[in-house]
Amino acid sequence: MDVTWYIVLSALLFAIGAGGVLIRRSPLVILLCLELMLNAGNLALVAFSRSSGNEEGQVFALIVMVVAACEVVVGLGLIVAMFRRRIPLNVDDIRELRG
Amino acid sequence: MVEVAFFAGAIGAIGGAIAVIALRNPFYSVLALIVHLTSLAGLFLLLYAEFIAAAQIVVYAGAVMVLYLFVSAYVGAAEEPLWETIPGQRLLAPVLAGALFIEVSVAVVGTSLQAVESEGPTVQAGFGSPGSIGKLLLERFLVAFEAASLLLLIAAVGAIVLAARKRERKRTPEVAA
Repeated sequence: MDVTWYIVLSALLFAIGAGGVLIRRSPLVILLCLELMLNAGNLALVAFSRSSGNEEGQVFALIVMVVAACEVVVGLGLIVAMFRRRIPLNVDDIRELRG
Repeated sequence: MVEVAFFAGAIGAIGGAIAVIALRNPFYSVLALIVHLTSLAGLFLLLYAEFIAAAQIVVYAGAVMVLYLFVSAYVGAAEEPLWETIPGQRLLAPVLAGALFIEVSVAVVGTSLQAVESEGPTVQAGFGSPGSIGKLLLERFLVAFEAASLLLLIAAVGAIVLAARKRERKRTPEVAA
């Protein structure tokens, strides 16, 4: 299998994630779509690491996973805080910062 | 054989990803994401990234997804409005996502990188094993490793600060002075 297949697959997964962010309005699902995009990036990193034959890309993928875990923790904390304060869980209704 | 494994993993990953954005209940979306992550781990194995695949299953599909499941069960299914806030959004978003896919694919397929159009060089035994990844992490990428651990600590503290229930200040009963 050419590495190109993996890269094109990762592009497709990234596009699906980006489309999900545009379509869905629930912050929880938007976080899930961010996970999709980060994982597509991970797949591309690992595929490039295979094509160049050294393992540094895999280390990058590991660090991306750490960053994704941090993002999840903070994002879920925000969602729980919104739920507790009875703020509607819809990204269109949250517009206090709009100018 | 490799082709069969690749296409099985790819179909699982794409199907899981589409299910994540198509299912209306966030709980089912999280379950679909677990399918997606597991098939992605299979693809990592095909790319000789054993340690990344194992970490993907244990950390991602295990720990992080359990966190998601708890929060989505706690918050419940928030009904999404049927109307569109921006007119034509539901129609335009898939078109834009398709355009993004075509653009990136053209960039990848038209690249002049020679190495991408092959299976990649033959690798020595132990490529992507925990030992060699750990060696890289603790030697060449030590600063990134330490920064990542610091980031995790900050994120944990931040999540507690964000989500902790504000302790309601109990009105101190008037003390008869």
